[in-house]
Amino acid sequence: MAKADVTQAEGDLHLERLTKQFGDFVAVHDLSLVVPQGSFFALLGPSGCGKTTTLRMVAGLEDPTAGTIRIGDTEITHQKPYRRPVNTVFQNYALFPHMTIYDNVAFGLKRRGVKDVKQQVADALDLIQLSQVAQRKPAQLSGGQQQRVALARAIVNRPAVLLLDEPLGALDLKLRRQMQLELKRIQTEVGLTFIHVTHDQEEAMTMADSVAVMNNGIIEQLGPPTELYESPQTVFVANFLGQSNLFQATVKETDGEEIVLEDPDGMFRMPKKRVAAGVDTSTGRKVLVGVRPEKISIGPLAEAAAAPTDGNYVDGVIENASFLGVSTQYQVRTEGGEHIDVFAQNLDVHGLLAHGAEVRLTWRPHHGFVLAPDQDIHAGVEVGAGVSG
Amino acid sequence: MAIAQAIGDTIEDQRTPPPDPKKRGRFTPYLLLLPGMLWLAIFFAVPLIFLFSTSLQTPVAGGEVGEFEQTFNFGNYVETLTDEYYYVPLFRSFIYSGIATVLALLIGYPLAYMIAFKSGRWRNLLLVMVIAPFFVSFLLRTIAWRQILADEGVVVGALRVIGLVGDTGGIYPSALAVITGLTYNFLPFMTLPIYASLERVDPRLIEAGRDLYAKPFTGFRKITWPLSMPGVVAGTLLTFIPAAGDYVNAELLGTGKNSMIGNRIQYEFFNVRDYPTMAVLSFVLMACILTIVLVYVRRVGSDDLV
Ligand SMILES: Nc1ncnc2c1ncn2[C@@H]1O[C@H](COP(=O)(O)OP(=O)(O)O)[C@@H](O)[C@H]1O
Ligand SMILES: [Mg+2]
Repeated sequence: MAKADVTQAEGDLHLERLTKQFGDFVAVHDLSLVVPQGSFFALLGPSGCGKTTTLRMVAGLEDPTAGTIRIGDTEITHQKPYRRPVNTVFQNYALFPHMTIYDNVAFGLKRRGVKDVKQQVADALDLIQLSQVAQRKPAQLSGGQQQRVALARAIVNRPAVLLLDEPLGALDLKLRRQMQLELKRIQTEVGLTFIHVTHDQEEAMTMADSVAVMNNGIIEQLGPPTELYESPQTVFVANFLGQSNLFQATVKETDGEEIVLEDPDGMFRMPKKRVAAGVDTSTGRKVLVGVRPEKISIGPLAEAAAAPTDGNYVDGVIENASFLGVSTQYQVRTEGGEHIDVFAQNLDVHGLLAHGAEVRLTWRPHHGFVLAPDQDIHAGVEVGAGVSG
Repeated sequence: MAIAQAIGDTIEDQRTPPPDPKKRGRFTPYLLLLPGMLWLAIFFAVPLIFLFSTSLQTPVAGGEVGEFEQTFNFGNYVETLTDEYYYVPLFRSFIYSGIATVLALLIGYPLAYMIAFKSGRWRNLLLVMVIAPFFVSFLLRTIAWRQILADEGVVVGALRVIGLVGDTGGIYPSALAVITGLTYNFLPFMTLPIYASLERVDPRLIEAGRDLYAKPFTGFRKITWPLSMPGVVAGTLLTFIPAAGDYVNAELLGTGKNSMIGNRIQYEFFNVRDYPTMAVLSFVLMACILTIVLVYVRRVGSDDLV
């Protein structure tokens, strides 16, 4: 390993088999991931899943129980926080209340004995468009302004990794959406590695290049937002990111590149490549099948039965219909007793289907996904729904 | 226009609250202040006026000891302040109390810091221990220091062994003993306000400092110390002011050469019964303390107090 100066380390951030225990409680369990240099990376998970603990280990504020942390080739696992080229935007901002905004932002530069402090602070304040408040104290700023100062105070040091712990959590919805765009702009502008911790799945999806979904101290899945959404690998991810219809089925047979599945509502097909890694799909095995509500199209049964149906389908009765303007949300009870949610775009094809109407639901085989059966079908439901938006 | 004006008027009317509660509201603060103001008037302002008038009195010609008549003899001030017998103890009071304040800060700050940040579940016990001495009389505790600092005591014995005190030397009675007593007696008044300030320092700010390249001591100097300044100011005032006026420690732990202004005031009052001189000394002491405190608070206070 290169014997480089720790404070100058740069490159991708590697977390290898990182574990943190508080007494008997395992807050982070055997976590490994790589954050490419210059990327906008989101760590997404419900409250208490170990996100902050992970960040604190990277910042050096918490000592890992096991595992290593590297930036490029330089190991920083047990380095003091003030030696690491890592800065944090804290959850509550943690601005120094007795210092002016200028002094807050200049703090890190002065500690490192950087030369043109004035110019760099001015540039940083420009970047967050708050040059005019340089001489004020933090208490004289609004929450959104404080948030931006916390960002400037960290960014001005040009760290190899910038950690943001729910930086927008305390802001109201409108300001949050605005700051999401702003953060993204700033990250693109400065090109630093951002690790953004959030429990808001929309926030993670709109901002990040890649997202790691965390639950109970482990990473459930890691990938670009679209991949996580379209091909969830676990029930938790399927439910936490957006919404999913999940039901049990049995593998009937394998037919070339497709598998045939059966459940009380009948048979359907699924491409093999839509099966999550490691799931056994040999004949007779039970699996979970998932379909996103917006991937299903809905139509009156009478009409649909007249024409040959293309793709997978089930028939059922509408139990509930809520008109939302851009779309209508249906709850359908199938003949086999499943409850399926459908989001239908209001293309004005059928008009509003009424409560009690008999309908046929169809979806393309490659829109579904297959997961391992031994999971709680509701994992991630409340936590995901509770915080989105 | 007229309509707009009329609407404006109506809105204006609605905004003005009904006059009755407002009137009552205007007097409520003064009403609440009344007991405090009365207390101040009876127990502070009036005695102060009496004291001041006493300081200007002259002995009755041919009268008994302690018999004075009201005059406006400002010469009392000049006479007293130019007398070495009075101004030396006055000066000494501020030296002693100044040193005691610095010592109490040097002991009290680390103590408060430890209790606030490092004591864990022992915190409450330690706080009780800081206050515990108050359960024993101030006089008894001060007298106990005679024993502690006695020639045959442990402290002097230990100092003799390491050669800091000569074989025949001692600590009690001396200036050192008086200052030790003052430091000891006012230490809780230093420690508790500092503790209260430190306890309110958000540990996340200290973490933020470390995250921003501050080594532990720099973090303390730039974050913890300035944020604890209100406690330091309160603690030093609560130590310095009563210590400057104290006479018990000098009486019990010093000799005549260690007399402070409090000893002179006490002596003039009870023994000589020279009330005007006693009053002059009291007034001068008060003025000096007030000046020192004002200068101190202005200097430290302008330095970014939160
Ligand atoms: N210092 C600590 N001592 C004991 N338990 C802790 C400590 N810090 C965090 N935890 C626990 O670890 C878990 C993860 O916490 P945290 O990383 O803060 O979660 P998140 O940021 O995802 O909400 C929580 O259950 C929390 O109670
Ligand atoms: Mg957290």
